[in-house]
Amino acid sequence: MAEKITVGHVHMSGCTGCLVSLADNAEGLLTILDKYADLVYGLTLADVRHIPKMDVALVEGSVCIQDKLSVQEIKETREKAAVVVAVGGCACYGNITRFGRGGQPNQPQHESFLPIGDLIKVDVYIPGCAPCPQLIRNVCVMAYLLLKGTKEQQELATKYLTPLMQLAERGTEACGCDLMIDVINQGLCMGCGSCAAACPVRAITHEYGKPNVNREMCIKCGACYAQCPRSFFNFDVITEFEGIMELIDGALK
Amino acid sequence: MERSSEVMEMGTELGKYKTCVSARSTNKEILKKSQDGGIVTQLFAYALEEGIIDGAIVAGQSDEPYRPRPFIATTVEELMTSRGTRYNISPNVSFIKEATRSYGLDKVGIVGTPCQMQAVRKGQLYPFGWRDVDSKIALAVGIFCMENFPYQSIKQLVEDHAGVKMESVKKMDIGKGKFWVYTERGAVVQLPLKVTHKYEQPGCHVCLDYVANLADVSTGSVGSPDGWSTVFVRTTNGDNIWAKAIAAGCFETKPIDQVKPGLELVSKLANEKITKNQKTVEERAKFGVNKALRNPYIKP
Ligand SMILES: Cc1cc2nc3c(=O)[nH]c(=O)nc-3n(C[C@H](O)[C@H](O)[C@H](O)COP(=O)(O)OP(=O)(O)OC[C@H]3O[C@@H](n4cnc5c(N)ncnc54)[C@H](O)[C@@H]3O)c2cc1C
Ligand code: SF4
Ligand code: SF4
Ligand code: SF4
Repeated sequence: MAEKITVGHVHMSGCTGCLVSLADNAEGLLTILDKYADLVYGLTLADVRHIPKMDVALVEGSVCIQDKLSVQEIKETREKAAVVVAVGGCACYGNITRFGRGGQPNQPQHESFLPIGDLIKVDVYIPGCAPCPQLIRNVCVMAYLLLKGTKEQQELATKYLTPLMQLAERGTEACGCDLMIDVINQGLCMGCGSCAAACPVRAITHEYGKPNVNREMCIKCGACYAQCPRSFFNFDVITEFEGIMELIDGALK
Repeated sequence: MERSSEVMEMGTELGKYKTCVSARSTNKEILKKSQDGGIVTQLFAYALEEGIIDGAIVAGQSDEPYRPRPFIATTVEELMTSRGTRYNISPNVSFIKEATRSYGLDKVGIVGTPCQMQAVRKGQLYPFGWRDVDSKIALAVGIFCMENFPYQSIKQLVEDHAGVKMESVKKMDIGKGKFWVYTERGAVVQLPLKVTHKYEQPGCHVCLDYVANLADVSTGSVGSPDGWSTVFVRTTNGDNIWAKAIAAGCFETKPIDQVKPGLELVSKLANEKITKNQKTVEERAKFGVNKALRNPYIKP
């Protein structure tokens, strides 16, 4: 058995739904912890107070800039982790916390929440609210292959993770409007319906084949645009779906 | 210059496949209203009866003639109502998560165009919002596709160009270089494809797949004689199901090299589509003055 990688779960302003999603991998998670990753940091999961050095930080939640400790911890995470992954809509795009405007006991002055990418450089994005257990699982397996795999596995992992790194580069704002601006307005929509299937709040319907976003309902999680085959479609990876799915299944046996 | 991953190697226009045959359903009832050899309906009907799937997302009927709407068929009778091609968008993939939730399906069948098969596979490898879906896709059947249309385009072609009321159409077909409209009363109107081109869905012009390369099994009329279909069996899963369906007597088949016009025409059309659309993708890179349109094959 090759060496394991070290992973931490860093909890910013999020609802713990992302962590629950990770845990929803059930036996898959146990296999990951058994074979591939040591959990070195995580609220309630590992008894460590200060952010340690680690290979991969899975960050959940946005950062409240009025909360000094959070600001300090996210910076520390960047220093200590080789790879920072923004897990879930809040860490990537602010998501539901974008609508925060303070006034909540017992810290009513906490009113400004930023996606972590506005404060530190983020390497990989996993958008969605909650992000799917299966995508978190896939990224964990690929991160392991990238850091500890054979040369061939490293190449595959790099190709797989590339669009998730490009999403991180793309920016910290997301909205159902991205479907209009970056897909329909760009002459790229072909009406498959992937976006509607991805939306956690059912804000998207299809009118004569094209997505129609109810913008009042949209929570800005970024799942629809990321899911759209016309946001990114990497032939070199997706064409190999059969082999890759077998590889991931096999890794978790 | 960034190199886009869409660059197709020569000889890959038909995708990976294990076998290719010409086939048609042995069920006369299915053939009465199927578009071609009734492959899609027959394969789903077999899979439903055998418990390989417990429902299939198909293009169902809506309150407007020839306007499809995604629909989850859980019985053979329901499948029968979805037979035949409707040449406009049916966002079948929009039901993929709902099928596993409200409908409670654990083994989902789905039919779709090549782009919809791409959507399904992207969703399995990168499930951003498709929780608990990846392992429930039990049979993905792809249909060949040169282009698709918005509903209003089809209405305009049928009513304005062909002069036929949508309500009186019995069948529409694109084949032998023409768009055909058959009416309930037996009239046939044909339009040259140069008339239909401008009405196509714009998103189709960057599409680089003709024969649903990512389906488990994909099918279309091209390559086979009238009433028959060309079938590519692609994945291990598709191969298993197809073999069982053949053993159960669901299909008659002929070797593809023994039918006319055969695989050569499929290859020719696939190459034509991919070359033309590849060119469009390249032209988009210099669409404005030093301003490009977005290329999804490079980055999001
Ligand atoms: C837009 C479009 C373009 C096509 N272009 C070509 C082509 O260039 N060359 C070629 O050989 N074949 C093409 N086809 C496929 C062909 O017309 C038949 O659909 C295919 O051969 C299946 O016929 P069948 O008898 O096996 O299926 P049937 O048993 O008749 O069943 C047809 C199935 O197709 C589904 N369907 C119908 N309309 C749509 C739609 N709009 N979107 C998604 N699913 C739908 C139905 O749900 C049904 O399950 C195209 C199909 C479409 C929808
Ligand atoms: S997922 Fe993208 S291509 Fe598909 S319908 Fe939505 S916006 Fe259009
Ligand atoms: S439309 Fe839905 S999926 Fe898209 S960003 Fe808004 S909430 Fe998320
Ligand atoms: S041409 Fe391509 S994008 Fe258009 S409907 Fe057919 S498969 Fe989809």
